[in-house]
Amino acid sequence: MIVETGHFALILALFVAALQGTLPMIGAHRRDQALMAIAAPAALIQLALVIVAFAALTYAFVTSDFSVLNVVQNSHTDKPMLYKISGVWGNHEGSMLLWALILSLYGGAIAAFGKNLRPSLKVRVLGVQSLIATGILAFILLTSNPFTRVVPAPINGNSLNPLLQDPGLAFHPPLLYLGYVGLSITFSFAVAALIEGRVDAAWARWVRPWTLAAWGFLTAGISLGSWWAYYELGWGGWWFWDPVENASFMPWLAATALLHSAIVSEKRDSLKSWTIFLAIIAFGLSLLGTFLVRSGVITSVHAFASDPTRGVFILLLLVVTIGGAFALFAWRGPSLKGSGLFQPISREGGLLLNNFLLTVAAASVLLGTLYPLFIDVLELGKVSVGAPYFESVFIPMMIPMLMVMAIAPFLKWKRGDFLGATARLKIALIITIVGGLLTWSIIDRASAFAAFGMALAIWLFIAVLTELAERIKLFRVPLIESGRRLLHQPRASWGMTFAHAGLAIMVAGMTASSAWRVESIQVMKFGDSVTVGGYTYTLKDVREVPGPNYIATRGTFIVTQSGASGEDDALTLYPEKRTYKTRKMTTTEAAIHPTFLGDLYAVVGDKDEKSGGYVTRIYFNPLVSWMWTGALIMVLGAGISLSDRRHRVGAPAKSKIVPGSVPAE
Amino acid sequence: MALKRKHRRLSFVALGLLALGAAAALILTAFEDNIVFFHSPTEIQEKFAANELKPAQRLRIGGLVVEGSVTKTGDGATTRFKVTDLTKSIVVEYRGILPDLFREGQGIVAEGHYNNNVFTAREVLAKHDENYMPPEVAAALKKSGQWKPAGKEK
Repeated sequence: MIVETGHFALILALFVAALQGTLPMIGAHRRDQALMAIAAPAALIQLALVIVAFAALTYAFVTSDFSVLNVVQNSHTDKPMLYKISGVWGNHEGSMLLWALILSLYGGAIAAFGKNLRPSLKVRVLGVQSLIATGILAFILLTSNPFTRVVPAPINGNSLNPLLQDPGLAFHPPLLYLGYVGLSITFSFAVAALIEGRVDAAWARWVRPWTLAAWGFLTAGISLGSWWAYYELGWGGWWFWDPVENASFMPWLAATALLHSAIVSEKRDSLKSWTIFLAIIAFGLSLLGTFLVRSGVITSVHAFASDPTRGVFILLLLVVTIGGAFALFAWRGPSLKGSGLFQPISREGGLLLNNFLLTVAAASVLLGTLYPLFIDVLELGKVSVGAPYFESVFIPMMIPMLMVMAIAPFLKWKRGDFLGATARLKIALIITIVGGLLTWSIIDRASAFAAFGMALAIWLFIAVLTELAERIKLFRVPLIESGRRLLHQPRASWGMTFAHAGLAIMVAGMTASSAWRVESIQVMKFGDSVTVGGYTYTLKDVREVPGPNYIATRGTFIVTQSGASGEDDALTLYPEKRTYKTRKMTTTEAAIHPTFLGDLYAVVGDKDEKSGGYVTRIYFNPLVSWMWTGALIMVLGAGISLSDRRHRVGAPAKSKIVPGSVPAE
Repeated sequence: MALKRKHRRLSFVALGLLALGAAAALILTAFEDNIVFFHSPTEIQEKFAANELKPAQRLRIGGLVVEGSVTKTGDGATTRFKVTDLTKSIVVEYRGILPDLFREGQGIVAEGHYNNNVFTAREVLAKHDENYMPPEVAAALKKSGQWKPAGKEK
């Protein structure tokens, strides 16, 4: 009964979305207040209905209702509760329902909190948003219904793919979707602005917090996914330039560009049509990502069984949505003239360069991701484009970006003083050069590239600190005064400081872990030792340990720092190989001990029947935890910036803000 | 003012084009060096016999892991197995821990070099999902006329 209610609610949601996408739009065109008034309540009703549908599916999973096909295929009574719940979105149908839920959630948020939006704009944003929802809901109901029943109901289910039974991956999809479905809002804003033919500072100001929110979630989602791949796949790597990873990374690049160009649009009334273009592209890439992941057209390590007919539907949705938006852009775009002029060397110039590099980088990732598909369609053979391509294209583009990222915040709007800016970065430059040389001479003389990467990270980090010091006039006014200024920094500036510093830390982590990773593969018998990255690993034993729905082969490593005596500071690592009962599948659980300077990482593999030993893989992964820390700081930056009340005020407020008028987020 | 504006825009466009050209050059050279072609076991043997492929080339192969062919060699950390498109099969060697979903009878894709009738894999890709068949493997099986639409044996 509850399942049918969910199904019915979803059908109703489709109709509500269809109505919401048409009537208020007509109303906005004819200035018919009555029709326009439908938009906001409809968005909330649509949200409520999708919540009911989602709750119904969750209920079916939690209670293990095996009369529902989806539950049979993806759940099992012996699964821990967390994975019963995450099983809801751990499959195609359910994840699309989550997609729809988040889409409606953003629509509902606009309806509920967008009180200070211009009414016609608000109505149109909601209209466009629900047109997308109409497409997605129709897709779910027609091709991927999660509520399909099975008769007779089996006694138990097939359980969830064991690789997904992991706390990191339980929260990865919701975060990722909050990110890339969140870009639907900026898309809706862009299309609504094109329909209205009006993009002003107020528009850009409304768009920024939504972009920021989506960007923050996307950053968190991608990092969590990367973290999962790092500890769960047992390869010690954290990014493989796999199509599915690229699918989430491209929208991130576009969203990052959008975040920066929207600043120029708001503050300087410039780059307006570019901002609109980026907003369309960013969501287009999200849809493309959904298509790539859901259709299975591309070989990916992360590919899950998928159905090509669904791919056609999403492709159609993509073509209609993005094609329509671009047609509108071609028609209306040229009329969006900006007024803000600027010199190439200025803050706008720096942001423009950032945008240029990010978009070209996104384009090159897109090209590499889709290239195998083109070649296949043209029947020129089967090819794959691997990590070397992406690394040799992406990294050279990020180098100038990181360099300029350090300088641009020192430039003034409109016309900057390049020499003046670099002069203020004297100290940063000296520290960078010294740091780079030290890295090269002490750590690794073989890799000038790694030293350069570390130098770039230092450069950016010190520049961010210098910029902060300038803002609070450190050492130029009494310390107390600087402290007072520090406390009164606008939160949006803190956001930038955090995000940029976080990136610097991340770059250091990426460079170090790629350049100085130590790996060792060997067969070990009990009592055997191996030394990797300054730590000695002794395999004590390997035994079987039962888990809730699996049996684990658990190895025990005693790890001591080489040179250290006493057993006191020895630590123990327990890597596991789990065999899940229902699917007869094995997963690797690497044992990781993070330290400030690097992760100790051990994996236990198969038994070698001949010698009686076990294949083990041991890594020392330098500075890996810096990447996750960096990502966390970036996300924190987005959060702090979002809490800036300036983001929540509708029009560019010249006067003081009246506290009572600020709507709650 | 108007002239100045046009002039400035022109310099932006010129700079942009220059940078775009550099990016294009970068992408093209990267493409040239880093594209890896996929071959079925039958094609590998034919093309190496005809000298169309060289041992130095990085290749991808794919097919089904032959039942009963998986053995450990050397110090025990190297796995040796056969991959087949059900017409021909080739020997693959891989040092390290194979992916969790690597199993006999399972479709896999491997990347590496082919030399002296042995394919030395740097990477072995098996999928996250037991019912998933890599498209390349499906294509290789179709080409050899051995493709049976995936049944649900599991």
